[in-house]
Amino acid sequence: MTTATVSTENLVVTYDEFKALDDVSIDVAPGESFGLVGESGSGKSTLLRAVAGLAPVTSGKIRVHDRVLVGNRRDKAFYRDVQMVFQDPYGSLHPRQTIDRQLLEPLAIHGVADGERRILKALDEVGLGSGFRFRYPHQLSGGQRQRIAIARALILEPAILLLDEPTSALDASVQAEVLNLLEQVRRDRKLTFIMVSHDLGVVTHMCDRLAVMQNGRVVERLSSADLVAGRIGEDYTRNLMVASKGFQRKGAAA
Amino acid sequence: MNPLLTVDDLKVSFPTRTGVIEAVRGVSFTLGRERLGIVGESGSGKSQTGRAIMGLTPAHARVTAKTLSFEGIDLLSAAPKVRRDLRGKRIAMILQDPKYSLNPVMSIGRQIVETLTRHEKVGRAEARERALDMLEAVQIRDPGRVFDLYPHEVSGGMGQRAMIAMMLVAGPELLIADEPTSALDVTVQLEVLGILDKLVSERGMGLIFVSHDLRLVSSFCDRVIVMYAGKIVEELAASDLANAKHPYTQGLLNCMPAIGSDRHPLPVLDRKPEWAL
Repeated sequence: MTTATVSTENLVVTYDEFKALDDVSIDVAPGESFGLVGESGSGKSTLLRAVAGLAPVTSGKIRVHDRVLVGNRRDKAFYRDVQMVFQDPYGSLHPRQTIDRQLLEPLAIHGVADGERRILKALDEVGLGSGFRFRYPHQLSGGQRQRIAIARALILEPAILLLDEPTSALDASVQAEVLNLLEQVRRDRKLTFIMVSHDLGVVTHMCDRLAVMQNGRVVERLSSADLVAGRIGEDYTRNLMVASKGFQRKGAAA
Repeated sequence: MNPLLTVDDLKVSFPTRTGVIEAVRGVSFTLGRERLGIVGESGSGKSQTGRAIMGLTPAHARVTAKTLSFEGIDLLSAAPKVRRDLRGKRIAMILQDPKYSLNPVMSIGRQIVETLTRHEKVGRAEARERALDMLEAVQIRDPGRVFDLYPHEVSGGMGQRAMIAMMLVAGPELLIADEPTSALDVTVQLEVLGILDKLVSERGMGLIFVSHDLRLVSSFCDRVIVMYAGKIVEELAASDLANAKHPYTQGLLNCMPAIGSDRHPLPVLDRKPEWAL
């Protein structure tokens, strides 16, 4: 399929003896929001990292916009096209650099000229005023930090955003704000999302299609609508579904 | 019926260089042998409430209350020795992340035995026997093997079960669980909650379940207290959640994306300054 924006074919990632990804193939269409769910250690984050060139690919193909990516080397053009937002906003921002400097860094690396305008625009876009520009990360709340991380990813105007559990470190009330923000930027910029989450509620809310992963393999691919309607093929997916409904006392349901 | 725990006008404040931070500002409730949930977002004071009851507030903080008593013992004026004897024996606490809250250089079995020997006069063989029984009670399949393992050698779910075993081995009357499953995978969460639920109801303990997840708490507890900015904004029966009156509680309920509800954008909390008054 050449229509896919991002695709992987029989991708294998091994750390020493451990197979983190085992023969994984996905296709993400342009402008689509694609979800990856599974428990810890299922390889969902590794898949994102492999696309970004952050995991040791042993075999298989990764294709982004019709370019086949070999090994872990990515050129600058790739990073203009693909950016990533990480899980923990406390760990992904430099603690001793101001927001301004952290947003300037990608611009400096890529030799973008109108830094001033772009930084102000990026801050505005994620709903933080210019007043946040010269603050340090410790002066911001978790939700504000994650907005900065999103601003940093958007500042190069990429077409594809890789989101690794972007809201799991946040409070429920703040999570809603960040999810709304992500949906809005996707609509405004016609972005393609690949989003990892362990929360089925979040994934079905954000994504059109999703892949369920377990032990480094994709066990099921389905659309959010199918999941909602309960058209589920695999027991593992059904287990995740039950788990996401919350605690139920045995016998109390009767 | 005499309540197990009475909390009246509990306040916890932290003096800092830039002024006093009031983490808990006048919280009152009573607890019998029931399951009480305390819900709120980060910084609402829910964890500090639990810690104050346990007596784990940092030394530089100020804790005051009109009443803070456990089975007739005034916790605030009790001597440190009395509190030490209560802690672990009659009041126990489960913390969030077993990776950080278990001692990394002590085997799991020894940590459980330590709790027991600290509070009871038991022989080594008997202590080991009871620790193994307890590990079995939290549904660890091979207690003999896990007894000798170190925390880094077990998974998160297993570590949290070991933690529950450690806290329940001395037979406490009140258990405070501070986000006991937040660090665990969704699939493991339910298992651990099921174990906790079974043990609490079998032993007739009082439980305070602190969490940020309103839905989870309401499915697990009998009664729910919702905290915002150090105060209780609403208290209601868990079955009554749908009729929550306070806009903050309603907001917390609504802002979660749920499977099968198609709401774009999600409703967000519109924080009113008067909530924090």
